[in-house]
Amino acid sequence: MTATMTALRMTAGTGISAIGLGVAQTLAALRHRRTGLAPCDFAGITHGYAGSVAGVETHALPPALASYDCRNNRLIDMALRTDGVANAIMAARAHYGAGRIGVVMGTSTSGVLASEDAFCAMDAQGRLPAGFDYEHTQDLFSLARYVRAALDLGGPALCVSMACASSSRAFMDAAYLIHAGICDAVVVGGADSLCRMTLRGFAALELVSAERCRPCDARRDGISIGEAAGIVLLERPDGRTMSGPPAGFRASVLGYGASSDGHHMSTPHPHGAGAVLAMQRALQSARLPVDAIDYINLHGTGTRANDAMEDKAVSTLFGAHVPCSSTKGWTGHTLGACGVLEAMICALSLEHGFMPGCLGVDDVDPAFHTDVLTGNVTRPVRHVMSNAFGFGGANCSLIFGKAA
Amino acid sequence: MRVWISGLAVLADGMAGWEQARAILRGEDTWRPTPCTVPQPTTLAPNERRRTSPIVRLAMAVAAEACAAAGCDPAQVHNVFGSSNGDGMVVNTILQALADPAAGVSPTQFHNSVHNAAAGYWTIGSQSHQPVACFGGYDWSWGFSLLQAAAEAVVEDRTVLLCVYDMAMPQPLGQKRATRGTFGVGLVLSPHPVPHALAMLDIDYGPQNTADTPLTLPDAQATTALRVLCHDNPAARCLPLLAAIAKGGTHAIRVAGDVGHVAITVTPC
Repeated sequence: MTATMTALRMTAGTGISAIGLGVAQTLAALRHRRTGLAPCDFAGITHGYAGSVAGVETHALPPALASYDCRNNRLIDMALRTDGVANAIMAARAHYGAGRIGVVMGTSTSGVLASEDAFCAMDAQGRLPAGFDYEHTQDLFSLARYVRAALDLGGPALCVSMACASSSRAFMDAAYLIHAGICDAVVVGGADSLCRMTLRGFAALELVSAERCRPCDARRDGISIGEAAGIVLLERPDGRTMSGPPAGFRASVLGYGASSDGHHMSTPHPHGAGAVLAMQRALQSARLPVDAIDYINLHGTGTRANDAMEDKAVSTLFGAHVPCSSTKGWTGHTLGACGVLEAMICALSLEHGFMPGCLGVDDVDPAFHTDVLTGNVTRPVRHVMSNAFGFGGANCSLIFGKAA
Repeated sequence: MRVWISGLAVLADGMAGWEQARAILRGEDTWRPTPCTVPQPTTLAPNERRRTSPIVRLAMAVAAEACAAAGCDPAQVHNVFGSSNGDGMVVNTILQALADPAAGVSPTQFHNSVHNAAAGYWTIGSQSHQPVACFGGYDWSWGFSLLQAAAEAVVEDRTVLLCVYDMAMPQPLGQKRATRGTFGVGLVLSPHPVPHALAMLDIDYGPQNTADTPLTLPDAQATTALRVLCHDNPAARCLPLLAAIAKGGTHAIRVAGDVGHVAITVTPC
């Protein structure tokens, strides 16, 4: 496949997380180095820190789609109403036709919180509450169906679920639909929301830090879990002439690469062999040499193992000279949503010419070889790489460039 | 999108492999809903093998058999896995633990709860570094996973293993998501003609809402019984396509989505 064929346009996009709703709030939090992490206080769980989205508890879905009501679908609905992305998608629908626009959403746990609440409310006979709607809440497909219904689109809908690589991989599957000629545009994105399952599950694995997570720090000791949602309108390169101000951000997807560790379910390959392969494949797909990458937005979860593995993988491929950072000190690890959320951060980096240095780092791990940024740097940025690695050994790297 | 099926595997209640499934779908054998036996994944080390649940073993078995039938190296194919409920047993157990203040969440169960657990174990067992995609599509996982596997095969110009599977949902979650029986299907899709291909598929998406092409077998009783299976287990919705391949000849098959449909033209090789 040629590079020109790989490149796709992101003609509108936004994201919401603990640091704000949309591009302006996110940019301000990044520039002022303001974290969204606060002591966790969710469903009786008070261990560590968490990044929650303000307003999700009171957000209401449109009455016609009320059966989809759950925290995860509220998050994606809030994203649709941020930065005018839904209106931008309506314009694309008018141009291409509803049946030519697909939906590919990534999530790890979808609306599982609704099931958790239902199990807590089980009666003495073991019956789940009558009002609990599994199909439209916990089921994985619920997220993609919600987005398609809310936007009244008619193209294929997919839900990608592969742990923390979910919404990064969603960009690849969206690209396949466009390159195969099935769709002219795809609404790509994802959401993951706070729930007992991930907060207690990661705690059971002893991967949640008691403090705010500090990726790349010598004394890092785990993640902080966050929630987020993001929406991007991805279009074929020869699709439409765009004019006027963007809805949210614009940028280009220049390349993508995926791989499997084939090593262990929850521990990354110690030398990062799978991560290296995903990054190499992304570079090949973008037809870019290693020195064309100006900044790498790391997966950088803040666990001992992930950050050490990723440092090895990045330095193996790029040496010591490409500035790298993780933005999870701001947002927490937003699990299946991190790919699309960090796509927005990459787009802001490209548009505004700055790189956000890791937050909360006192001393970069002395064993690291990469150029870990610990303060913000202002400098023109042409190409950015974003990494995501998930349980099951799923790796995905994306390369973004400026809007065409 | 045009792809060739170079390998096919089925493991389901009353169908212990493609040979038996083909005979049933041709009306040469009778289908009985005998619970299917899922083999242990011998590619995994004993400690990993112990952590696999029945649905992981089901997916691994059809994936391995499909690759063996295609004569391809499992470590070289791209992988697309589709399942409606994923590991319902593990998710159900974790939900029960979360509702009990005294119970703890098992770390192994937690990492096994991810939707890509089966694909993860499959890549560990086959020592594969190739990409994996994992989809969940409620009652429509089969059609949309097939569409996406074909798209990846054509765009990447690579052989893609498609593995679609679902198992009975345990209680209490089964009260709200009834899924019955065991059904796993594996297809190796090549973007180029291969000498031993079973069939050529032309696959497209249509935005019009349609019903599934109904399963029709020579025997009326078998037709009724297997239509129930198609209804009860989302992975079994591949049966109209498998019946077309078993019968031979050219067929047009529609797989309904919740919205739109996947249109397949089957041409024998």
